[in-house]
Formats: sequence, structure tokens, C-alpha cells
Amino acid sequence: MASDVFGGRVWRFDHDISTDLLSPGQYAVAPVEERKLHVLESVNPRFASDVTPGDILVAGRNFGCGSSRETAPENLKALGVACVAAESLARIFMRNAVAVGLPVIVCRGVHESFADGQQAEIDLSTGRVANLDTGVELRGDPLPEEMRDILSAGGILAKLRSQRGA
Amino acid sequence: MGMTLAEKILARASGRDEVRAGEFVVARIDRAMLHDVFAAGVFDLLLDVGVDGVFDPDRTIVVIDHFVPAPTAAAAALHTRIREHVARLGLPWFYDAGDGICHQIMPEQGHVRPRELIVGTDSHSTTYGALGAGGTGIGTSDMVYALATGKIWMRVPETIRYEFSGQLEPAVTWKDVLLFIAGRFGADSAQYKSMEFAGPGAATADMSSRLTMSNMAVEVGAKFGLFEADEVTSAYLSRRGGEGCEPFGADPDAVYETVHEINLSDLAPQVALPSEIDKVTSVTDAGHVAINQAFIGSCTNGRIEDLRAAAAVLQGRKVAPNVRLLVAPASREVMQEAMAEGVIGTLVEAGATMLAAGCGPCFGGHGGLLGPGERCIGAHNRNFIGRMGSAEAEIMLGSPATVAASAVAGRVADPRDLEVLGGE
Ligand code: SF4
Repeated sequence: MASDVFGGRVWRFDHDISTDLLSPGQYAVAPVEERKLHVLESVNPRFASDVTPGDILVAGRNFGCGSSRETAPENLKALGVACVAAESLARIFMRNAVAVGLPVIVCRGVHESFADGQQAEIDLSTGRVANLDTGVELRGDPLPEEMRDILSAGGILAKLRSQRGA
Repeated sequence: MGMTLAEKILARASGRDEVRAGEFVVARIDRAMLHDVFAAGVFDLLLDVGVDGVFDPDRTIVVIDHFVPAPTAAAAALHTRIREHVARLGLPWFYDAGDGICHQIMPEQGHVRPRELIVGTDSHSTTYGALGAGGTGIGTSDMVYALATGKIWMRVPETIRYEFSGQLEPAVTWKDVLLFIAGRFGADSAQYKSMEFAGPGAATADMSSRLTMSNMAVEVGAKFGLFEADEVTSAYLSRRGGEGCEPFGADPDAVYETVHEINLSDLAPQVALPSEIDKVTSVTDAGHVAINQAFIGSCTNGRIEDLRAAAAVLQGRKVAPNVRLLVAPASREVMQEAMAEGVIGTLVEAGATMLAAGCGPCFGGHGGLLGPGERCIGAHNRNFIGRMGSAEAEIMLGSPATVAASAVAGRVADPRDLEVLGGE
């Protein structure tokens, strides 16, 4: 069972990061190994190549806005992003993130409180988001147990598989 | 403290006496709807997970409506896979190509009841809110889980209440009301929220108009677009061969995030200009905008009431030269009614081309697409760039009467402007 606490290096992005940026349309049907190389390339070309498993993505308002494509959270997960902490998340992105097993948290003030490369620590169950470099601590919306269950299972289909003892 | 419609629906679905906006719940779904774009993929995944049935076959509705009739061999093969899955799973409520659009079939064939929670693999599943049901769209993984377990997690949404007073002028429709709301408050004004359409004005809306409003709730980001269930709802349900219903409304002391007051009497026909849903103006202020194509149909405005409204404008008139008018009834039943009433005769006589009952060109897959530099006005729901073919084409949205008037005038035209239209 995965834990509810994540610590990692921060990549910071701005407001209104859309699913088009997270999963560019021209690679929409490409295999995930190719798709993930283009994540956010038009905003930060270094991200997809330099991100390492366990890193944390911090963003502004309305993260994941746009279409309902599940490949947007899937790509971030494939790159090893441990958690997305944003001022707000688009509805369908939040649903799909949990469904594919990408931890997410809504936390006001998070965008202002982090810079690229700083260390973050996030507890999904309490909503605590800490900047270990500056000592700033924020209180995000704790993720309810039902959703943490799905995430620690590795996504809704993984949960379904384990429920069925498969 | 009282509850909104959304809170009541999710309280019932999660077996609780009370839930509040912001809470997360695990809810039991009443029904699930899948259409041909995602059904085969969902059923494949279900098998892959090792599930060889669905939570309730009687409450799982499958509709082939997007690629109708199959425009490519690949689409035909996709449909074959769906039919095989449907037979294997023994699903009784399967609507094949030509029966109609999923969001029309659902209420029309009695698959929507007030208070229910209904999920669909389509964003316009908000349509079911017209009957006081919580309808919303979900992704494919969530649908696999929902079909396997009959459950889904949900966040209880905050509610924006739209309090309508007054009465619509003739030739002004609820489509115009929704476009007005999008223009006035913005394309993301109800992001993640439940919209509650209420007040004495809302009670005057017939079921067809309510379906239009709830359908387009998602265009301003909403999770639900809800009307209270009242005598109009009950009469509709009995007419569709089901049982009538008890009234279902929000509590008077329910808590709303915002309340907007809108006087229906103030509104004129509206048009959404290219290429955003909130770029809305009244038709009279649109100026001279020439068109190449006009489209009447879709789950937004393909019902018999919409076809009648178009026929009333087109009666004794002709579609302008160089304009293609395409009409796709929302269902086989709508098509039959329109034939019996002579509506289709009027449309074809005026120069319209009838398409199969289904989505038609609405999502840009086939059936009357636009070339570069062309402009279309449609009675459907999305005017994004590239939605109906070429990314260099432009799309505008209006009511069926406005679209019909525009088809006659060859440019965006107000249906009240009969002199400009001539004839009769
Ligand atoms: S008619 Fe258009 S909006 Fe409605 S389900 Fe079909 S493609 Fe989607």
C-alpha cells in the first residue's frame, strides 16, 4: 500500500494549464512512452526530460482545464510525478487523475509559496503542504478516504482488480 | 438547513439523510449510458479486469448515435464490436444506428426519472437534469468501475441558482436564454457547479426547452443542470408510458453559492459568434454575417418542437441559393412525428436535406462538414474551432428558428424579421 505522504522536488507551473499542454493533440493516440516525452513541452521544454520519479508538480488555478482526455493525468503518472498540488483543478481532470492513480490536492496559496527546485512535503490525508526550504506550511483540502483508497490501489481499475481478488 | 437539488440527489444516492456542498460521497448510480465512441473500449476494459457482467443490465443503456450511418469501415467495425458485447452481456436496452441520439433516447424511452443519479460516457449527460435527475459525464476508467460495481465517487457540487421571472416573447426560445447566460456570465461560470434553473419563469418551460437548457449546462462547465420536477415533468413521464412523479424541489432554505435573477421578458434571439460559447450577442446586433451552411439537429435542438419551429419559418419560403440546410432529427420517433405532421415535407420543399436520426455533423465526424473559409450557423451546442470539419471554418449557434431564418436570408437573421425573409 502506497502512503498518503509524498516528499519531492518541485516543478512550478502557472494558471490554466490545459489538457492540450499536458497531452498535446498530435500525440493523442501515440503510445504512452512517446506521449509522455511531450508533456508541457510548450511551457517548459526541460520538464519531460528532466523530471525524475517522485517529483511534485505545483500549479496555479484551473489546472487540467479543457477536454476530458484521460491521457493528461496518465502522462504525468508515466513520468513519475508523485503528486499535483494546485490552487484549483478542473473537474474532469480531478476525476480522471484519481481514476488513473495520480495523487492530486487542491491547496490555496500553493502557487505563491513554491519556486522551482524547492522540496515539498504533502500529506493527502491531513491536507498539509509544506515547503521544506522555506518552512512555510499550508493547509490544503484533505483528500477523502474513498479517493485515497483508489490512489493507493494505483487507480480505479487497479482497485477493481484487487477487489475482485484478481 | 435545507438542501439544493444536487445535494438531495447525492444524499439519496449515497444513502445519507443529508450531504453538503464540498463533501465527497460514494454514490450508487441509478443508470449508466454508453455511446458508440466509448462503449466498445469500456466493455473491452471490463473484460480485461475480469468482469463478465454489469451492475444491472436493465439500467445499462447503449446507443449507437455518433457514427450513423457508419461513415467508414473502421466505424462499422467498431459498431460490430459493440453489438457483440451487448449480446454477450445480455443488455436489453440497446439502441442501434438510426434510433436516435443518446440524450434524446434516454428521456424519450423512459430511462430518466427525477432524483436519479445517471452517468454517461458523454459530457452532455447533464441533459437528464431537465427531469430533475443528476446526469453527468465521466471518463472511461470511471465508467468501467461504475458498470462493475454500480458505484461512483463524487464531490457534492456548490449550486448556482438562476431565478427566472417574466415570459419569453414569441420567437425567443430557451436556447436563447442559455446562450444569454453563457454570454453574460462566461464559459467557465459554472465550472464544477450545479446549475439550478428555477423561479416562476422556469415553470413555464416545456420539457423540450428544459432538455435544451440542461443539455447545454455543460457548456459553462456545470456538473449538473437541474430543473425541479413538477406537473410538466409528471405529464411528460406519463406521456412516455411511465408513471407520473411526485414534485421534487430544492428546500426553501437551501444554501446557494450565487443567485442570478433573469427576466425572460427582456430577452431577444441570441447568437454565439465564432468561436467561443460566450461570444454572444443578440441576432439584431450581429450585423451582416453571410453563411454557407445551416444545421438543425443534435441533442440540444433536434426535437419535434425544434423541427416545427423551423418549419414555421420555412413554410412557403426557400433556402437561399448557395446555402445548404441540413436537418437531423434527434430520434426515429421525432422523424416519424415530423413525417406524420407534414413538417418534413415543409422542410424538404423549402430546400432542406434530411439526415439520419443521430448526431450528424455536430461533432465534426461526418455528415455535412465545413470546408476552409466556410461559415455555418447551427442549432447545436459547440462552436469551437474545428468542431464541424475544417479548422478554418467558422461556427455560430442559435435557436432552430434563428437558424431557419438565416438559411432563408443567406446570412444571420432574426426569425421575427419576416419582411426581410419575404415570401408567404
Ligand atoms: S448530438 Fe452532438 S453534442 Fe449531442 S451527443 Fe451527439 S455529438 Fe454529442
